Amino acid sequence: MAAIAEHTSEAPQLKRLPRYLQQWTLPRLLAFLMMVGISILFIIPFLWMISTALKEPYDLAGQNWIPQRFAWENFRDAFSFGMWPQWTANTVIITITSVIGQVLSCSMVAYAFARLRWHGRDFLFSLVLATMMLPGVVTMIPQFVLFAKLPACGFQGSRVWTNTFLPLTVPAFTGSAFFIFMLRQFMRGIPMELSEAARIDGAGEVRIWWAIITPLTKPALATVAIFTFNGVWQDFMGPLLYLQSERLYTLQLGLKQFEAAAGGSPAWHWLMAASLIVILPVLIVFVSFQQYFIEGITFTGMGGQ
Amino acid sequence: MNTQQLRPRRPLLRPAMKEELTGWLFAMPWLIGFLLFTVGPMLFSLYTSFTTYNIIRAPVWTGLDNYRTLITDDPLFYKSLANTFWMVIVKTPLVVVASIGIALLLNANIPGEKFFRGIIYLPNVLSGIAAVFLWQWILSPRGLFNTVLGFLGIRGPAWFADPLWTKPGMVIMGMWWIGGNVLIYLAGLKGIPVSLYEAGAIDGAVGWNKVRHITLPLLSPTIFFQVVTGIIGAFQIFTTALILSGTQSALGGPMQSMLFYVLYLYNRAFGKVGVGGLQMGYASAMAWILFAIILVVTGIQLWMSKRWVYYETGE
Repeated sequence: MAAIAEHTSEAPQLKRLPRYLQQWTLPRLLAFLMMVGISILFIIPFLWMISTALKEPYDLAGQNWIPQRFAWENFRDAFSFGMWPQWTANTVIITITSVIGQVLSCSMVAYAFARLRWHGRDFLFSLVLATMMLPGVVTMIPQFVLFAKLPACGFQGSRVWTNTFLPLTVPAFTGSAFFIFMLRQFMRGIPMELSEAARIDGAGEVRIWWAIITPLTKPALATVAIFTFNGVWQDFMGPLLYLQSERLYTLQLGLKQFEAAAGGSPAWHWLMAASLIVILPVLIVFVSFQQYFIEGITFTGMGGQ
Repeated sequence: MNTQQLRPRRPLLRPAMKEELTGWLFAMPWLIGFLLFTVGPMLFSLYTSFTTYNIIRAPVWTGLDNYRTLITDDPLFYKSLANTFWMVIVKTPLVVVASIGIALLLNANIPGEKFFRGIIYLPNVLSGIAAVFLWQWILSPRGLFNTVLGFLGIRGPAWFADPLWTKPGMVIMGMWWIGGNVLIYLAGLKGIPVSLYEAGAIDGAVGWNKVRHITLPLLSPTIFFQVVTGIIGAFQIFTTALILSGTQSALGGPMQSMLFYVLYLYNRAFGKVGVGGLQMGYASAMAWILFAIILVVTGIQLWMSKRWVYYETGE
């Protein structure tokens, strides 16, 4: 919230404020009021989640917003379920590895497509774009078969890649079409003279990529990192397919386990408390880096679902 | 050539050759991934779709049997297709109308636009199962949503427990995630030059006329792209249905009302053997049929787009 408040209270906005007041035409007033209403509709589920997470079981049936007693212990109780600390650690490891993998590989590949001339470049780039349209289901089964046959040599106690973190992290090091496309567009905007000057000074391509282009593409790289973080932290299907041992679970699988343990009727106050713990890092990242999300989406024209 | 002879030390490779090699080396991570995780699996999947394969034993060639069984002798295949098309047809237009509506409101030069934008986009950062649980709770028979309906004198249905209301419930849920679409439409709206509206105003275009004859035509390329990607996404609904159907996930929720195509495919590939699972060949055939359906639907949209999508360069 702090970030949002900061942005709206920037100096130019303050100067414009009186003009807004002068220009309160009826349509604009209506639009503003409707946006207030819609925003409340969008925020209500969150508030309900927080409210439920702080209630005691007897309080759940009532539709009161303020819990009769703030049951902070729900969070502690939720956290003490199963192997929650272990699941958190697993999720952190998988997420950080994937973020590093995506940022490095996408930046490298985008550099090849944006700033080097080589035969086959345009053809391969059209293949990158083509894979963006390919439905994930087509490769889901054969990828599973592949990972079930690839030897892991005892890594994380497994003979094969399945039931290890490998299927969830290694593919990140080969980049993803969407981010490569975004970074390539971004890198093409950097003047070629910069690279040429560095080449005359005797810098190799690796040097130019790492020391000149990477620092200049920081905002785009941040967008890649944030979207990857978000996607991997909340990935359910990947862990569901590849992780069988409970000690390897991520928070998403843990949350599902938490619900399943309650049988048909979950204890909503605990489930909402556990859910809040799981989404808290995501919310913090969003509030702190909001502009990267917004820019990433408007720049690429992708919905980010 | 002369310059090269003048150099004190001849480089190992000519500069052009070197750039060629560097290009391929830099693109190598993607190329390896493309061959290993996309092309290879696709070829393998195409092959297994013509076999009976349970991952443990080697695939046995059965020709077109999987495809034939699917099309002529699998009621669940048609059930899952019908459920999926239901979602595509009902949800897509609602998402388009709602997100353009909100984008128009945000574009009305209102104060606090950035703040509203943040609120509308906020749900989009929640893609995991926590958000599904939240909506399961809100749309439970005595949940918040039905309480609000109760104030309006409407007796709400049991949503995810009632086969008639599972899919409408999912559509309501889906409306919470239109923030990404709103942002893209908003960017599209901001790209429309003010001069066009001014010219329109001279011709007497105000209110709805302005939207109908200036905004929508100029926004149509954005709408087209959003509809195409939205439909491709809707064909692949999976996680939400799997979680919502809970213990009934092998069946696809009450009376298979949430048995969407990919959920059925998943059950066939990774489900228990007793209920038709571990049939990787059969599921691969399903994946290719879905791919074909998506290609055809996208093709139809491309063809229809000539009638309604307006590109400025054409003028």
